[in-house]
Amino acid sequence: MRRRWMAAVAVTVAGLLTLTACGDGGGAAQSPQADAKKKVEVFSWWTGPGEADGLKAMKEIFEKQNTGLTFFDAAVAGGSGDKARALLATKLQADTPPDTFQGHAGAELQGYIKAGDLEPVNFLYDELKLKEVFPQQLIDQISVEGKIYSVPVNIHRSNVMWFNPGVLKEAGVAEVPKTIEEFVAALEKVKKTGKIPLAIGSEWTMVHLLESVLLGSLGTDAYNQLWTAKSDWSGPAMTKALNDFKTILSYAGDPADDWQPAAKQVADGEAAFTIMGDWAYGYFHNPPDGGLGKTSKTDFDWAPSPGTGGTFMWLSDSFTLPKGAPNRDGAVAWLKVAASKEGQDAFNPKKGSIPARKDADTSLYTDYLADALKDWGSNKLAGSIQHGVNVNDAWRVSINEAVGLFHEDRDVAALQTALVEAAKNSGQ
Amino acid sequence: MTRVRRWLPGLLLVTPSIIAIAVFVYGMLGWNFRLAMTDKHDEVSEGSFVGLENFVSLWDQKRWGISVNHAIVFTVVFVAGALVLGWLLAFLMEKGIRGEGTFRTIYLFPMAISFVATGVVWRWLMNSGQDERAVGLNRLFDSLGLDFLQWEWFRNPDWGMAAMAIPAIWQMSGYVMALFLAGFRGVPEDLREAARVDGCTEWQVYRHIVLPLLRPVTLSALIILGHISLKVFDLIMAVSGKQIITDVPAVFMWVAVFDSHDPAKGATIASYIVLAVSLFVIPYLVWTLRKERRP
Repeated sequence: MRRRWMAAVAVTVAGLLTLTACGDGGGAAQSPQADAKKKVEVFSWWTGPGEADGLKAMKEIFEKQNTGLTFFDAAVAGGSGDKARALLATKLQADTPPDTFQGHAGAELQGYIKAGDLEPVNFLYDELKLKEVFPQQLIDQISVEGKIYSVPVNIHRSNVMWFNPGVLKEAGVAEVPKTIEEFVAALEKVKKTGKIPLAIGSEWTMVHLLESVLLGSLGTDAYNQLWTAKSDWSGPAMTKALNDFKTILSYAGDPADDWQPAAKQVADGEAAFTIMGDWAYGYFHNPPDGGLGKTSKTDFDWAPSPGTGGTFMWLSDSFTLPKGAPNRDGAVAWLKVAASKEGQDAFNPKKGSIPARKDADTSLYTDYLADALKDWGSNKLAGSIQHGVNVNDAWRVSINEAVGLFHEDRDVAALQTALVEAAKNSGQ
Repeated sequence: MTRVRRWLPGLLLVTPSIIAIAVFVYGMLGWNFRLAMTDKHDEVSEGSFVGLENFVSLWDQKRWGISVNHAIVFTVVFVAGALVLGWLLAFLMEKGIRGEGTFRTIYLFPMAISFVATGVVWRWLMNSGQDERAVGLNRLFDSLGLDFLQWEWFRNPDWGMAAMAIPAIWQMSGYVMALFLAGFRGVPEDLREAARVDGCTEWQVYRHIVLPLLRPVTLSALIILGHISLKVFDLIMAVSGKQIITDVPAVFMWVAVFDSHDPAKGATIASYIVLAVSLFVIPYLVWTLRKERRP
């Protein structure tokens, strides 16, 4: 009898101990106070080919310059940071932020800023004279009431039309379409050959297409005005733009699983066009394993998406300084590397993007990247919707929702109403 | 003293799990319902009590209607499909088959795989490309000359969710088979013999003896499948991701919480999922309690 008693007590105590240990263990693992002096936790979603190599190149520079610090790669896999950002949200809510995390520069950071999760980094801009090396328009677009909350490390272009020259030749399209009208005419010609005129992927790639069509149809100034107090989502110009979107979408093939299979249709000569950001260049061009190993200008080619020549629709990956970072000094040291010419020139050729700085070493950027760098320096700028420059997360989700519903019912009036609502409720 | 000795050790033994369940299950449920009744529509605001406002306004959203619709189509096809297929497999097995153990393992095996892995494979199998662009099942149909069977699978706006249920049926019907097989085996041979002596045909034996005795098994299977189906998330994410065309409440909840950063809306959707699941589970609990009380 007595023994059974003891056993019961022992099990109970053990159970309670496990419970309490769980609480402690979790907390301790998330805020490693003990070695906070040395380790710098850098949170990103760069795990794919190219991007992970770029991060590694920056890491090497960082560790060479800061011998007392070690780089801790807290990258979470998943395209465009879906999973990473969900995990980040829980970490920030539990007040256990990483030392620095990746985010798309611009309105996407607004949620964090409003929640008081981020520290402004104006002091870094002053100290390193970054305002002189980043384009003024970029600084304007990432500032909130005069405060800057991130350090952009690269620039991607969103409004790129990728095409297969062979398919265009076969269809009798002599010139690369420069306006929406020419684009529709070219799509029609391709359709007659039986090939897919326009390859698209899953839902977000349609929003990506929409932003290019809006820019091309409305023009740069009207597009940039959409994100200001003078925005006009309900007017006739917008109706026309959305009708253009509908027309273009009617030439689209079956949606592929993601942007890569859609790009592959173009590379394989099954489809003529796809509109995707310039990360597609790495996929087309890189040797097999990570890429398709195609030759630029012969197997695939590029141009600004129709109607957007002379405008660079940009998005940018950037690093931030969270409030309450366990190792703030380490984070600042990392931001300095991310902002530096050396860091950006090490990172970007590998990632397949161009540096945000104007004084980069142009010899490192060849082929498509040379084009992009030239345009970045000379074009007008516009911000991407899908990649977090102009709209905050809530607004972006509403736009995605509207486009998803539109994909089923193809009702332009309903789409426009939904977009007007989305703009009104964005709280931005 | 002796009485205390009788119940105290048992109580101590279960106390930790009672506490854990009270806090981490029921406490969290309550916290979620409370959150659903506030206007905390971003991560910063405190959120004040608004009653059932969120529960009502959710029905004004087109997306919510679509996702509920999808969940219903998915549930009906999945539960019916898995029950019928599982029953059929168990029935054939029960008829006596050589190498039964091997077949049982084969049919049960899919259950050992996670929905995510199933989804990745079936995403390829159910690719919507047709004719010369076909892969997966459409390619198979194409090369067999069964062209009319090719369709867009889960990308079909009307019946896509029925296609989405196919991997789930594939995964769970083996488990249903195991349940039914145990049920079949639980029917005493004496009863069947007695019926046969009384002049029943084999069909009547099944109709009047075996099937009624399988009712409890069917109910358990229904409960298990039903609650899996109403909260399905991983399969959908693995097959098509966060797209409206295959939206279900659980995916919508993820989008509301992690993409739109709207905790109150997410909590409201979560509450509806819990309520829907309890529609399945509570009648079952009542039923089993009543049955246990009966001598």
